[in-house]
Amino acid sequence: MIKVYTSSVIDAPAEAVWARVRDFNGLPQWTPFVVESRIEERQPPDRIGCVRNFRLRDGGVIRERLLALSDYDYQCSYSILESPMGVENYVATLKLTPITDGNRTFAEWWAEFDCAPEREAALAEQIGHGVFQAAFDSLKKAFAR
Amino acid sequence: MIDAPIEEVWAVLRDFNSHSAWHPAVGPSTMENGEPPDQVGCVRDFILKDGSHIREQLLALSDRDYVSTYCILEASLPMRNYVATVQLKRVTDGDRTFWHWESTFDAPRGRERELEELVGGGVYEAGFTGLAAYLRRDGRALSHPHAVDAPRAVDSEGIVATSFGGPDVLQRRRVDAPAPKSGEVRLRQTAVGVNYIDVYIRTGLYRMVEPPAAIGMEAAGVVVESNAPGFRPGDRVAYACTPPGAYVTMRTLPATQLVGLPDYVSDETAAALMLKGMTAECLLHRTHRVKPGDVVLVHAAAGGVGLLLCQWASALGARVVGTVSSEAKAELARAAGCEHPIVTRSYAFAEKTKQLSGGRGADVIYDGLGHQAAQENLAALAMRGHWVSHGHATGILEPVNLSGKSGTFSQPVLFHYTAEFLRQIAGHVFAALRDGILKADVRHRYPLGAAGDAHRDLEARRTTGQIVLLP
Repeated sequence: MIKVYTSSVIDAPAEAVWARVRDFNGLPQWTPFVVESRIEERQPPDRIGCVRNFRLRDGGVIRERLLALSDYDYQCSYSILESPMGVENYVATLKLTPITDGNRTFAEWWAEFDCAPEREAALAEQIGHGVFQAAFDSLKKAFAR
Repeated sequence: MIDAPIEEVWAVLRDFNSHSAWHPAVGPSTMENGEPPDQVGCVRDFILKDGSHIREQLLALSDRDYVSTYCILEASLPMRNYVATVQLKRVTDGDRTFWHWESTFDAPRGRERELEELVGGGVYEAGFTGLAAYLRRDGRALSHPHAVDAPRAVDSEGIVATSFGGPDVLQRRRVDAPAPKSGEVRLRQTAVGVNYIDVYIRTGLYRMVEPPAAIGMEAAGVVVESNAPGFRPGDRVAYACTPPGAYVTMRTLPATQLVGLPDYVSDETAAALMLKGMTAECLLHRTHRVKPGDVVLVHAAAGGVGLLLCQWASALGARVVGTVSSEAKAELARAAGCEHPIVTRSYAFAEKTKQLSGGRGADVIYDGLGHQAAQENLAALAMRGHWVSHGHATGILEPVNLSGKSGTFSQPVLFHYTAEFLRQIAGHVFAALRDGILKADVRHRYPLGAAGDAHRDLEARRTTGQIVLLP
C-alpha cells in the first residue's frame, strides 16, 4: 500500500473553495485534465454511493465511487472502480481546512493504493503532480484575487 | 453495542429517513423536496410522538467510515447549534457493532442538565434500544408473517356496487382480504371515509371499477398481519389510494400505500381527512402555490374538501371567496376562513367574485363543479389566473378557450402526486392538523351497512363537512 500526499494553499475562503470542489461531477470545471464527466444512473452528485464516469484529455476513462462527503469538515473520499492506471484498492480523500490568518484555504489531497513495486515511483509522480498538484494549480488560478 | 453485523446496522442508519421505523419517539418523517435520504444536504422533516416538529439536515455521510453527521435546522426545543454525529465501529470479536452517538449544542443557562438528559436518554438511549429491537423484529417479520388476532383465511365483508347506478346498487357482500404477500399488510379497518369520487365511481362517470366491486378510496385501521418491514401488528395506519375498495371491514394492501398515524390523529379524523386533506395540500401547495394576497375562489366551500381549502388558504394569507348552496352552509364556510361566501343554487357567482375582489377576479379557482359552472368560472377568472379543475359534480368539463384571460388550466389527479410524495404530503397534512390550521369536521357517521344512505344524503346536498362509515 503506497500513500501519495499533496497539499497546497489556495488564496480564497474555504467555503468558496468547498462550494467549487464538492460537486463530484465537477472535475471538468476545476481540473485541466478532465474533459467530460457524468454521474451514472442520473444520480445527484452528492448522493453517497454515486459513481462518476469521466474522460481524461488523453482519452482514458475512469470510474470512481463517492464514499463519503462532509459539508461539515469540507472533505470527500472516493474509490477507483476502473481506470487505465493499473492501481488496486485505490481510495483518495480531498480535504480543505480554513486558514484563519488571511482567510485562505489549506488544501490536502491524498490517495492510498496498491500497485506493482516497479511502478510506484512513476505513479506517485503521475498522481501527486500530474493530478493533485495540477488541480490545485488550476484552483489557485481560478481564485486569484 | 448492537448484536448485529456492522453492514446490517449501517444499511439502516445510513438512510436518513429510517428513524420513524425504529426510533420510539419519532412519528411520521418525510424527506423534503423528494431528495434521497443519502444525499448530503438533504433535510428530514418529522414530528415526534409528543407533537413537536423538527427539521434536520444531513451534513456528512461516509460509507467508508460508517459516520453520519447532521444538524438541527428547526425545533421547538431551546437548543442552538445542535450538531450530532453517529459513528459505527466493527467489533470483530462476535461480529457485533459499536454504536457511538454524540452531539454538541448550546443550551439556555440552567437548562443544560435537563436537555442533556433529554438528548442522552430520550433520544440516544431510546434510539439504541429501538434500533436493536427493529433489527431483530425486522428479521422475524420477513421470515414468518406475524398475526395477532386474526386467523390465516379471513372473512371480510364490505359494500359492493353491484352495477353502475344510484345508491340502491350498493349492497353488503362478502369481500376477500387475502393473506398479505411480500410487501403487503392486512388491516382491520376502524373508519372509512366517504368522498364525492365514490359517487362518480358508483355511477360509472369515472370508470375505475367493473361491477360487482367494492368502492371507497380511504380508510384508517390497525395492522393485524404484516409481510412488510416497518409495519407491525398493532400499528395504527391509514391510506387514500387506488384501486377503490375501502368500504370493507378488513383489507390487504401494499405497505407503500400506508401511512403511520401520529398519536394526535384519531382513526376517524384520518379516515375523514386523508384523501381530502392530501387533495387540499396538493391543490394549495403543488398544483398552484397560494401566496398571501391571492384571491382564491373555492366552490362547494362547505363541502369536505371545500372546508379544508378555506381553512388552509386563509392560513396562507389568501382572500377566500366561496360558493355554497344555502345560508347555513355560508355560515360554516365563513367560520372556516371563507371571507366572502356566495349563496347560489344556480352557479351564478362571477359578478360577485369580481365585486368582492375589487374587479380583479380570482387568481386561482378550485373548481369541483365542472360543466354547469364553466361560463361563470371563465368570467370569474382573473387575468393570468389559474383554473384548477379537481371535480365534476355537475358534469364533465369541456375544453375552454382561455386566451381572453391568458389563463392556465390544470387537471390534477391526487394519485399522480402521492405516487412520488405520499409521506411528504401526508406529513404536511398531519402537521397542519397538529398546528390547528386544519380541523376535521365529521358531522355524519353511518354504519358501514348504511353506505347507500350516506350517498343519498351526499348527493342531495344534505351534508356538510366530512362523512365516515364505521365498520
